[in-house]
Amino acid sequence: MDTAIKLIVNGKEETVVTDPARSLLDVLREDLGLTGAKYGCGEGLCGACTVLMDGKRVLSCATPVAKADKKEITTIEGLAAGDSLHPVQKAFLEEGAIQCGYCTPGMILSTVALLREKPHPTDEQIIEWMNGNICRCNGYPKIMNAIRRAAGSDRR
Amino acid sequence: MATDLSVDQRCGSKSCESSDELGHELDLNRRQFVQLLGAGLLITVSGGVGLAQRRSSSRGARTVAARVHIGEDGRITVMTGKVEEGQGARAQLTQAAAEELRVTADEVHLIMADTSLVPDDGITAGSRTTPSTVPAVRRGAAAARELLTRLAAEQWQLKTSALDVDDGTITHKATKRTMTYAQLAGKTDVAGAFEQSVPSDVTVTPVSEWEVLGSSVPRPNSRDIVTAEHRFPSDIRRPNMLYGKVLRPPSYGATLTSIDLSAAEAMKDVVVVREDQFVGCAAPTSFRATQALKAIAKTASWQTVSHPSSKEIFSHLKKNARTGGRSRPRTRGSVDKGFADASKVLSETYRVAYIQHTPMEPRAATAEWKDGKLTVWTGIDWPQRAQRDLARTFQIPAEQIRAIVPDMGSGFGGKHSGEAAEEAARLAKAAGRPVAVHWTRAEEFTWAYFRPAAVIECKGGLDANGSLTAWEFTNINAGGAAIDTPYNIPNTKILSASSDSPLRQGPYRCLAATANNFARESFMDELAAAAGTDPLAFRLAHLQNERIRTVLQTVAEHFDWAARRKKVTDEVGVGLACGTEKNSCVAACVEVAIDRKRGEIKVLEVCEAFECGPIQNPANLLSQVHGCIIMGLGGALREEMRFEDGKILNASFSGYLVPRFKDVPKIDVHLVNKTDIPSAGGGETPIIAIAPAIGNAVFAATGIRIRSMPMRGIPPRRV
Ligand code: FES
Ligand code: FES
Repeated sequence: MDTAIKLIVNGKEETVVTDPARSLLDVLREDLGLTGAKYGCGEGLCGACTVLMDGKRVLSCATPVAKADKKEITTIEGLAAGDSLHPVQKAFLEEGAIQCGYCTPGMILSTVALLREKPHPTDEQIIEWMNGNICRCNGYPKIMNAIRRAAGSDRR
Repeated sequence: MATDLSVDQRCGSKSCESSDELGHELDLNRRQFVQLLGAGLLITVSGGVGLAQRRSSSRGARTVAARVHIGEDGRITVMTGKVEEGQGARAQLTQAAAEELRVTADEVHLIMADTSLVPDDGITAGSRTTPSTVPAVRRGAAAARELLTRLAAEQWQLKTSALDVDDGTITHKATKRTMTYAQLAGKTDVAGAFEQSVPSDVTVTPVSEWEVLGSSVPRPNSRDIVTAEHRFPSDIRRPNMLYGKVLRPPSYGATLTSIDLSAAEAMKDVVVVREDQFVGCAAPTSFRATQALKAIAKTASWQTVSHPSSKEIFSHLKKNARTGGRSRPRTRGSVDKGFADASKVLSETYRVAYIQHTPMEPRAATAEWKDGKLTVWTGIDWPQRAQRDLARTFQIPAEQIRAIVPDMGSGFGGKHSGEAAEEAARLAKAAGRPVAVHWTRAEEFTWAYFRPAAVIECKGGLDANGSLTAWEFTNINAGGAAIDTPYNIPNTKILSASSDSPLRQGPYRCLAATANNFARESFMDELAAAAGTDPLAFRLAHLQNERIRTVLQTVAEHFDWAARRKKVTDEVGVGLACGTEKNSCVAACVEVAIDRKRGEIKVLEVCEAFECGPIQNPANLLSQVHGCIIMGLGGALREEMRFEDGKILNASFSGYLVPRFKDVPKIDVHLVNKTDIPSAGGGETPIIAIAPAIGNAVFAATGIRIRSMPMRGIPPRRV
């Protein structure tokens, strides 16, 4: 049975009438045209679909859209403030932490969530936190640098 | 209809798909093309013929105009059939054009992989972009610069030798008169000039004078990546579009004998298609399409066939090895004599499992039919292949098909085939609406293709001085990449034999070079041990290739090989390996820790030296080497397809473990910039030294030789 679900996506209220069993990822990508969250596995194992829900990171592929009802969702599209990029986005650019870039939105949002919880993470904490995000280009060294840089710039 | 399009939009930004007005018109007429690129050169395009078809011969850009366009506003557009999938072709080809046009990289707009706009530069594979496409783009751009200079000279009635070109401006030294490309394109018949073919003798800028090449130009659309403005193939949305799902057989080789479609047909807004073995559903959401497909899948009857399992794969490959006919060994000297002369002969068999690329973005395509013409956006390594294959499938001329490859979510050699495009096109045709097909991870794991498994038989002979007298090497099933030994051995016999692969197999980053180098470099280590010689000294004693010697010595020095080898314990080992492939050379030293109680191997450090001629983009090359090293760890230690009864048993990231943050060792990369040879590609070869170096390090610590990839561990030590 289709249900009306209210989402506050990147500050904007959206109502979708849909099967509540669908994943938040599918609704973002197919109903709301927000393709920044990516499909990588559909079973919570790769982090490509990472978004923030009420400020906490969630794997949108493993989140039924019903669970997101009345929640604030931040996707990669909502991260920059107008033309000015979020410091984590900047850090990824500055470190060249991008190969194909398909994992990048998930990496960036995971990092944003990390730095909210731990503004000064150690390398061990970064690795522990980020282990759910796969980069098949295996660009991990530069992604680590980007996260360290973002943590540093947050500190300043 | 194309109206206000800028080329930016074509370079991978989101408007690549969203603007109807972008002219997914198949046949861009001349006016549209000029609008697309900005007014400037007159490019003659007759109606009804795709631009690229007319403008290129079978391969590469025939004319300067097919490669370079200069707008009246000075906007420079360069066109290539290559695909960007994270390897860095977009930056590198932009640099190539900028270098020869004497402009900065950000002044060049590169259009990639759109059959209506670009020449066919062949498949994006085999590290060919650097040695083939970069030179082709450089020649095209250099020819354009020369033509522009000549036109300026004519205007001024001067000799071209009196003119300089810098930053898109032609200057007459003596009078300080200047003319920009933009001004020239506005006032002269540049069009006529650019219709010339690229002269074969055009000279390109020598390495010593490079200003743009050789520098770390970032990926031009990287901002669009961090904002998600860029639309990957799976992000393409068209008005009125449906999402498609395709019925898969329960096992390899199974044929559909019957199916009842009525359950899906009864569902609202669902389109169901059956064409012989093809069954698919399309619906307004992928969830709905999946539900529809599940409903009918239950009713399907299949005829299955028997299929070898991964447990018996190596005996199966060996039993079915085809060693006659075209599989002839390459020989040098006489191995019989070589082995007879040897005082020690070793003989061992190595095994390499099937693995999968698991590109981060699984196969995806969106297809749209209009007036009998088809446009597809898809992730494939060769847009012209998609175009040709679709033409064959749908029995329409290739010119009626436009294939566009938006910069895609990686490939590693795994996206040479265009299944999703064909599936989307079938469904779209039946639905009369655009349809997107996005493979699931499980589909990608099962229905794409695999890096071949291998059985590799090695035999080596040593004389009393510890010199190699004979070498016999047979690779069954994986292929002949890097199969020849780079070592100096008087008697060799080397064979690549095909076999009967139960799985669909295809290219993978560096092809069989990884398997061959694993066996060769591990076996060299065995021979060094048998000779009682240090592995580095043993290699150097048999190695004349100066390039390999250089990377080997470089890495040994940085890693401090001699000292660290002395410190090996039964829990910490060091190992090294080297190799050459695709005209580049690599050597690696690794340190591993072994948990003797559990038998687990952990790689602590990788030090790698790599040389691929003059480095065109150091930052990108470093990323590629990182990628190869870490990807190499996956295949070395854990990745392996398991299958039985024609089914993949681990078609998920839960059962197929790819490297993650926690697996990344300390990495120390040394890029050797060798400027007196042509540049080679660097995205593949750095992978081939990893597995053998690890195996050799495990041996150094434990005395246990692991002869298979993946090296799952060693037997735990009983306490
Ligand atoms: S797509 Fe959600 S974790 Fe992989
Ligand atoms: S950059 Fe390609 S998957 Fe991370």
